[in-house]
Amino acid sequence: MVVASIQVSETPLVLYTLRRADDALILGHRLSEWCGHAPMLEEDMALANMGLDLLGQARELFSYAATVEGNGNDEDKFAYLRDVRQYRNLLLLEQSNGDFARTMVRQFFYATFADLYWRAMMKSRDATLAAIAAKSEKESAYHVRHSSEWIVRLGDGTAESHARAQTAIDDLWAFTGEMFCYDDGERALIDAGIAVDPAVLRPPWLKLVSDIVSQATLALPKNDWMQQGGRNGRHSEHLGHLLSELQSMQRTFPGATW
Amino acid sequence: MVIAMFDDAELRQRAWEVAASVADPEIPVLTIADLGVLRDVAVSDSSVEVTITPTYSGCPAMNMITLEIELALEREGFRNSRIRTVLSPAWTTDWMSEDGRRKLREYGIAPPQAASSRRALFGVEQVACPQCGSKDTEVLSEFGSTSCKALWRCKTCREPFDYFKCH
Repeated sequence: MVVASIQVSETPLVLYTLRRADDALILGHRLSEWCGHAPMLEEDMALANMGLDLLGQARELFSYAATVEGNGNDEDKFAYLRDVRQYRNLLLLEQSNGDFARTMVRQFFYATFADLYWRAMMKSRDATLAAIAAKSEKESAYHVRHSSEWIVRLGDGTAESHARAQTAIDDLWAFTGEMFCYDDGERALIDAGIAVDPAVLRPPWLKLVSDIVSQATLALPKNDWMQQGGRNGRHSEHLGHLLSELQSMQRTFPGATW
Repeated sequence: MVIAMFDDAELRQRAWEVAASVADPEIPVLTIADLGVLRDVAVSDSSVEVTITPTYSGCPAMNMITLEIELALEREGFRNSRIRTVLSPAWTTDWMSEDGRRKLREYGIAPPQAASSRRALFGVEQVACPQCGSKDTEVLSEFGSTSCKALWRCKTCREPFDYFKCH
């Protein structure tokens, strides 16, 4: 049995909110894949806890998008009944977990951005987004501290951990540029004081990331060519596989509830 | 239960007491009033609206807490109740009552430090052991058994303990 995907009226504010909701959901799901598989018990708990934080943020954002859209969609329909091309998350966040170093580098690149982003969004003129930001920034602060410590530990650890961390940085670097992009619809929201200009966040992000990376005896790639597409539904091959697992229950048993 | 005998102010007081007595399912020594999760209770025409605020975004206890409040009110004769969740102002550990902090300590969980500013989040944390009171403690894991806790260890009495994180 196949369940049809929902239609979404992507007005600028709905689209803006969905993009952030998808970021949180997809990274949260990736972290949940580690549950029971992390290299040690403390990390198993840490990754699951961070995944839970992100899932909570996703739920708030999806619910708000549903309210703004006003078409009868809800958090579950957004999560379970949109196809790959309807997802709006950053490409970085759908990349597969790989080894622990790769997961940590992905987490580090995003958490350091999210922390700056949510702190800035606390001043949004949109009261709901500002309220979600006020909760999320405290959570992201913990995620920054956790992943930063791991980057240093891996980079300045053994030859093996150093090599793996460096490979992860080299592989994922090209996906970081998308965090700082915006389109015309978002430009209007930025001008209205609802969204923040992500380009403004890049210098402080780069400084923070560079400091930790050099402390870890690692290096950022010289190559600054950046891959984009996730914000407009053009995804890597990884997202479809992720969604097939995330959505399998609702696609197989439509409307199933606990 | 003859609710009609009470006026709205008395009903509100009673409804508040009922809601305030609901325990956190993950830390049962704390009530939702101790935690600062219970924000408001309003009564009109003998229907009750309880306002709560989530601790952590992804805290799975919130659904349980909502259900527990509804059940507690129902048991006390409040037939029409509605639970409203608000995000703003954002919950912080500063809202935890002094009584709540004492109960946590007695339960073996180090209470959050006051003034949970970013400085407290990232400054030098000095957490006293809830067992022996020693301040010679160290963090074992930033993330603990629930999203609100971290795992610490006392270097004096060697006991591991949970620390309710600043938020």
